[in-house]
Amino acid sequence: MDTIKKIALVLIFCSFTAVGVSQPTGSVLIKDGTVLTVTNGTIENGDVLIEDGIITQIGEDVSAPGGADVIDASGKYVMPGIIDPHSHIAGVDINEASNPVTAEVKMGNSIDPNDISIYRALAGGVSSIHLLHGSANVIGGESETLKLRYGQGQEGLKFEDAPRTIKFALGENPTRVHGQGSGIQPRTRMGVEQVIRRTFDAALDYRRNREAYLEAKENYNGQGAPPRPVAKNLRMETIADIIEGDILVHCHSYRADEILMLMRVFDDYGVENYTFTHANEAFKVAPELKEHGAYASVFSDWWAYKFEVYYSTAYNASILNANGVVTSINSDSGELIRHLNHEAAKTIRYGNTSKADALKMITLNPAIQLGINDKVGSLEEGKHGDVSIWSKHPLSIYSINQMTFVDGVKYFDREEDADDMRIDINPGESWEQPTVRNTSEHGCMHDTFYLFSETAGE
Amino acid sequence: MKAIKSTILLIAAFLLAQTSVAQITEKPGFGKFAITNADIYTVTNGVIEDGVVLIEGKTITYVGESTDIGADFTQIDASGKRVYPGFIDAGTGLGLQEIGAVAVTNDQNEVGTFNPYIMAFTAINPHSAAIPVTRTSGVTTVISAPGSGVISGKATLINLYGNSPDSMAVLQKAGLIHNWPSADRGGWWDDRTDEEIEKQYKEQLKKLKDYWKKAITYHDMMASFEEDPSGKEEPDTDPQLEAMREVIDGDVPVIVSVDSGKDILKVIDWIEEMREKTDARFILAGLEEGWLVAEEIAEADVPCLVGPVLDTPPEDYMGYQVAYQNAGKLHAAGIPVALMTQDIENVRNLPFNAGFAATYGMGIEEALKAITIVPARIFGVEDKLGSIEEGKMANLFIADGDPFEPMNHVEQVFIEGYKIPMTNRHRKLYEQFLNRDATVSE
Repeated sequence: MDTIKKIALVLIFCSFTAVGVSQPTGSVLIKDGTVLTVTNGTIENGDVLIEDGIITQIGEDVSAPGGADVIDASGKYVMPGIIDPHSHIAGVDINEASNPVTAEVKMGNSIDPNDISIYRALAGGVSSIHLLHGSANVIGGESETLKLRYGQGQEGLKFEDAPRTIKFALGENPTRVHGQGSGIQPRTRMGVEQVIRRTFDAALDYRRNREAYLEAKENYNGQGAPPRPVAKNLRMETIADIIEGDILVHCHSYRADEILMLMRVFDDYGVENYTFTHANEAFKVAPELKEHGAYASVFSDWWAYKFEVYYSTAYNASILNANGVVTSINSDSGELIRHLNHEAAKTIRYGNTSKADALKMITLNPAIQLGINDKVGSLEEGKHGDVSIWSKHPLSIYSINQMTFVDGVKYFDREEDADDMRIDINPGESWEQPTVRNTSEHGCMHDTFYLFSETAGE
Repeated sequence: MKAIKSTILLIAAFLLAQTSVAQITEKPGFGKFAITNADIYTVTNGVIEDGVVLIEGKTITYVGESTDIGADFTQIDASGKRVYPGFIDAGTGLGLQEIGAVAVTNDQNEVGTFNPYIMAFTAINPHSAAIPVTRTSGVTTVISAPGSGVISGKATLINLYGNSPDSMAVLQKAGLIHNWPSADRGGWWDDRTDEEIEKQYKEQLKKLKDYWKKAITYHDMMASFEEDPSGKEEPDTDPQLEAMREVIDGDVPVIVSVDSGKDILKVIDWIEEMREKTDARFILAGLEEGWLVAEEIAEADVPCLVGPVLDTPPEDYMGYQVAYQNAGKLHAAGIPVALMTQDIENVRNLPFNAGFAATYGMGIEEALKAITIVPARIFGVEDKLGSIEEGKMANLFIADGDPFEPMNHVEQVFIEGYKIPMTNRHRKLYEQFLNRDATVSE
């Protein structure tokens, strides 16, 4: 009896564990579409088979195994789900603006799975986002890469096995929040550099001391004075992990000088594989970025909303791309995220980037920058079944997203959407009641407006 | 011999220098231009395939399939290309603000609640970096408007080329910007109770109505004195109320900015009331929730300035497409609809706002009208702007395809007959940095 009980308990435990770890996956065969694979060209009348969330076949005349839904995509375009490498949708709090360095906080603890912006992004063909900490601090919190599994809880939205990432911020935002707002360093770009260097130095000392202590504690045999404790410090742990290469840095930055500064600092500490986000002046230092293997994630055309973006160009992405820098287009907005495909198309208007490269900027390139390009970012066998289906070529303004799949599960279907795929639906009619208007700002400086009177930029 | 060599070298150097100077300070061309072999999207008379547009001075002098072109015309071969009338954005802050977060560069928002005498025209900076960035996108003409208080002041209608507001203005005073106080909660930061919201709204509304009452009384008093001053004491001038007189007479329309459905209905009631008491003309603007009350707006017979189209739905519970569909739904109800971006530095995205309106129900042809002939009609300048017709101002552009497509390029813009250099800050930086020497940082 006891044995049976134990077995039952073990079984129950296992089933809970399984539920806790794995996310819903689906099987579907998308047939006869124009398949934009991103990495292997375009397949006319192509089929994409997804089984249990993984792409298992791409080609012509693929047949559906039992249990897979079949979707007729004839006349339509099939592309990988769009990835937004800079977003604040689905965030509860965005800025822990209380200190220039807050590496210990995590956006993974600040996910709002019910944010309607998730559904709206799905409607724009987006399957993954990088939920970033805000830009108030020089070293902000850890960010979280999400899959837009709308309807799942906080854990269910997380992109399993995505590398850890963290937000850095240079220039006007941290100098205004901390220097101007609170009278502490940094007030200048000079100060920003030293905040990073002194924090890195402290973290190196911390790790050495902490490891020495842990080792001494391990070896302590009760003889003589016990080793002097070095308390665990989550902020320092995170910084040390950055220096050791365990966390990818995405750095909010605008001006060329501050981009060069961070690369010098990272060279000194051996930090590699990082992304400058916004980076409006990255085009000025494209050869240096290329030389460092640094990435850039930029707006298609935002400029002039603050002084540090006054000398910007909408040709930024095209210049970077022509110089061989892996470049993505991001939204940082609950609105732009809804049509990142057209934001990417602007790189053709501004600088004649090829259509193929424009598409990469919202699929493969952001995946590279997030370290998830082995899983998503293109339609390839073995990658995740994250797919969107469009009525026309997705770079055309007349194209409308029809369906979005994440792990082979359909989370958006335009035809079926009479509001019925959304959570907490309250369609149209109750508009006469006083209601909260437009909660979806989702900007980089969210939560910091109380710190200064002038309007803040992104 | 040596001397000759040096002289030649000198002349060569001089010529080279001249050429490079000429490139940097390229002047707009002006005179006689013939655009040939183009598909001409006239807007008012359909598409003329493989046609000709002649520009003489500031004016379009011929539009059609073919004509004799004088030898003194500069010919522009536009084979395989399209010609469109310059696009018009019916609501921007262009020229009034240079850098969003730098308050000293913002001339859009004057202090005060009722400022009818404020004029955007006065503060238009013809050399704002955003103006060349905008006009090279094919947007040749914009409403630029002040923004603060209840009555912000008067918007101006300007062409985006000129060295002074005077040379740019199509209409110095295009409309009185009138922001309707909202009976809705402001947003997540707005912690007023429902009662407080209602009370404050009523107070604001009373002030607004009192102001108009005062303006009408002032206008009557002044008119009565002007008509027959005999035996009357000359009234003192009130510069603010004086600025309301042309509005009350209907010479300058009132642009009522309002977004929520229930506020729009209140505005419509107020407009009916004001139409009885004055000759004022009304235009609605903003209208995020216009689609909810389209029939009522149509019945009230008020033209609408709608946008931005590229926006999130005004309420979380509303369908994801409502902002994209809004303009099309209002048009379908029979309302004249012009589009606006309400932007400053990125007014160049007007064509993409129109593209979205087109895709989500308005259709390409009507969306095109919404940024050309419809705003021209709403502001009473359809004799000058809004289509490619003989006698109209030569505001037009050549594109390598459908200009609503972000992938396509606008190749040449004409504004008031001037052939605009297709350069701007963004292009200059591109040319400077595309192939930057790897070792030299500028």
